[in-house]
Amino acid sequence: MMADGIRAVTVPKWGLSMTEGTVVAWYANVGAQVKAGDDLVEIETPKITNLYESPASGVLRRCVGKAGETLPVGALLAVLADEEVPDAEIDAFIAQFARDFVPAMAESGAETVRPQTTEIGGRRIRYLKMGEAESIPVVLVHGFGGDLNSWLFTQPALAQEHSVYAIDLPGHGGSSKQVDRGDPAFLASAAFELMTALGLGSAHLVGHSLGGATVFELALSHPEHAKSLTLIAPLGFGPEINMQYVEGFMRASRPRQLRPFIEQLFANPALVGRKMLDDIISYKRLDGAVEALNTIAGTIFKDGRQVVELVTRLADLAVPLQIIWGESDRIIPASHANGLPESVLVYRVPGAGHMVHMEKAEEVNELIETFLHGLNEQ
Amino acid sequence: MARKSFREAINDALRLEMRRDPRVIIMGEDVAGGMGAAGEQDAWGGVLGVTKGLISEFGSERVRDTPISESAFIGAAVGAAATGLRPVAELMFIDFVGVCLDQILNQAAKLRYMFGGKATVPLVIRTMYGAGLRAASQHSQSLYPIFTHIPGLKVVIPSSPYEAKGLLIRAIRDDDPVIFCEHKMLYDETEEVPDEAYSIPFGEANFTREGEDVTIVAIGRMVKFANEAADRLATRDVACSVIDPRTASPLDEETILDSVKETGRLVVVDEASPRCNLATDIVALVATKAFSALKAPVSIVAPPHTPVPFSPTLEDAYVPNAARIEAAALAVMG
Repeated sequence: MMADGIRAVTVPKWGLSMTEGTVVAWYANVGAQVKAGDDLVEIETPKITNLYESPASGVLRRCVGKAGETLPVGALLAVLADEEVPDAEIDAFIAQFARDFVPAMAESGAETVRPQTTEIGGRRIRYLKMGEAESIPVVLVHGFGGDLNSWLFTQPALAQEHSVYAIDLPGHGGSSKQVDRGDPAFLASAAFELMTALGLGSAHLVGHSLGGATVFELALSHPEHAKSLTLIAPLGFGPEINMQYVEGFMRASRPRQLRPFIEQLFANPALVGRKMLDDIISYKRLDGAVEALNTIAGTIFKDGRQVVELVTRLADLAVPLQIIWGESDRIIPASHANGLPESVLVYRVPGAGHMVHMEKAEEVNELIETFLHGLNEQ
Repeated sequence: MARKSFREAINDALRLEMRRDPRVIIMGEDVAGGMGAAGEQDAWGGVLGVTKGLISEFGSERVRDTPISESAFIGAAVGAAATGLRPVAELMFIDFVGVCLDQILNQAAKLRYMFGGKATVPLVIRTMYGAGLRAASQHSQSLYPIFTHIPGLKVVIPSSPYEAKGLLIRAIRDDDPVIFCEHKMLYDETEEVPDEAYSIPFGEANFTREGEDVTIVAIGRMVKFANEAADRLATRDVACSVIDPRTASPLDEETILDSVKETGRLVVVDEASPRCNLATDIVALVATKAFSALKAPVSIVAPPHTPVPFSPTLEDAYVPNAARIEAAALAVMG
């Protein structure tokens, strides 16, 4: 039974594989007034450590999850309530929650969404759909060596108001590993074929890094299917690229060899969990994965520089565009967003590296949501 | 990606490699289902159902039931491998190796060396090992140290469904004879396993837990127990690294030595009989190459030097378990 004015804060589920999280530190003290969206608690998962923002407002009456404690998804973390709710009611609420709580068994939850695959032109493409809203759909496209799981913090947030499709590009994740020439135009055509097969019509396109260049190409070749573009640390806006990262990523065959390179993706390397490394190594072991990455890298990089040039084609782009960059990006420098035309919205996020949408997820989600809202109102 | 059992993961690996390469064939007792006689096809798919469904896809030319004569069919598999096929032969129980050891030890393991590299033997022998199934002394042994002792053989001992699929695909693609040892108590274990083909390299150990206090080396089914022990120890503020070497030969010496240099403490878990087993080999390695890093005497968790008992009570007492590993780790912590 839910007492009036008492709100449970529970362990969130970030990504498909998360079953439990460990409380690292609380960012608010018991007795403090917190607002929805305030930093509340840092949670470590086997994959990544992230700040959890308060899902509601109220006085933080109890921190049930103690620092260092590991709790299943859905378990009670904290209790928010108004000041006037008596302590006895809070205690009764916690006791009731503990009696009723049944941890979701891995795989059994009916609400667990799973990626799907579809065959298009002899090619298998994997994607994950979240959200059922009737509004214009959103398509998320990951970067070089990534997959749909890199949107684990983005996709659930955007799915509140949109149907959101995160896709695996050819050569990546659970999609076929044939990549033809491996250039963004080819990747864009594969993404477009999937959009067509799913009957998406026009969508808001969001792309990270190589995925940014991919959705840019898609919007150029099929402007009627792009409602807007959000590019996160995109490829194609300048010549610099951290080839030491690219080569290290390609070479590493064990999690421990990979770690120093994956840490370069974040401003705060301590966020990288073992599972993130294991997942990348598992991907690289798939037949054809490393060959696909080699083909792509050989096409988009030459002599330690980026080959793809999008910035010169900005004038041809007929859709609203925003660019988001982590200020501390060590893979593609944020300075690539300097000097762009005024029609382009540019946001630099402090304290974030190349994976800005994972590292500062709430800020990036808000930028995207605000951008999409603004377009709807026009 | 879906959850698959150890049994399904192995079946998956066989199926994908048979589709990829027409030279890959399967042979063994009951792998098709009729002991070489006319009977219901695919009735069993091997004694524990691992090869089920393969004969219907690939036919009886490529999924061959053999007579109950390991001497004959393991020998035939060595010959087939030397002359262009890539056979996966199933030695139902590792305990039966006695009657075909010459074919493995003197033929398969030696041909490449004795012909100066002009001959190869791309043979995989899949075999079931280990105690726990109440199968008594002649069907429960962990004889992988015998193969590890023989130069020219590669010895693979997978610890989970994901590992089994990737290592078996790697084994089938290898040009040398590989002994692929499957613990019979793991077949119903499940985890996420990609649908696609992937291969895990030999000689690369895997950390299943990472910690700075104690290094626990375990292989095959013992990895599961070592993980359980490490998780319990974590609640007592003892942080363990658990290393699964994956392959007994080649052995990833570097990873084990590096870890012991970090922790200074070593526990090795082995289900094989305690004399001249994998644990004594690893302990000798550390004693010779990282002795000065040790903060405490090394510890071995292994069964007693007896046949595997049939009595369930005695068998349970015989097999190393998480509690014994935990106690050993606490003892080396002092």
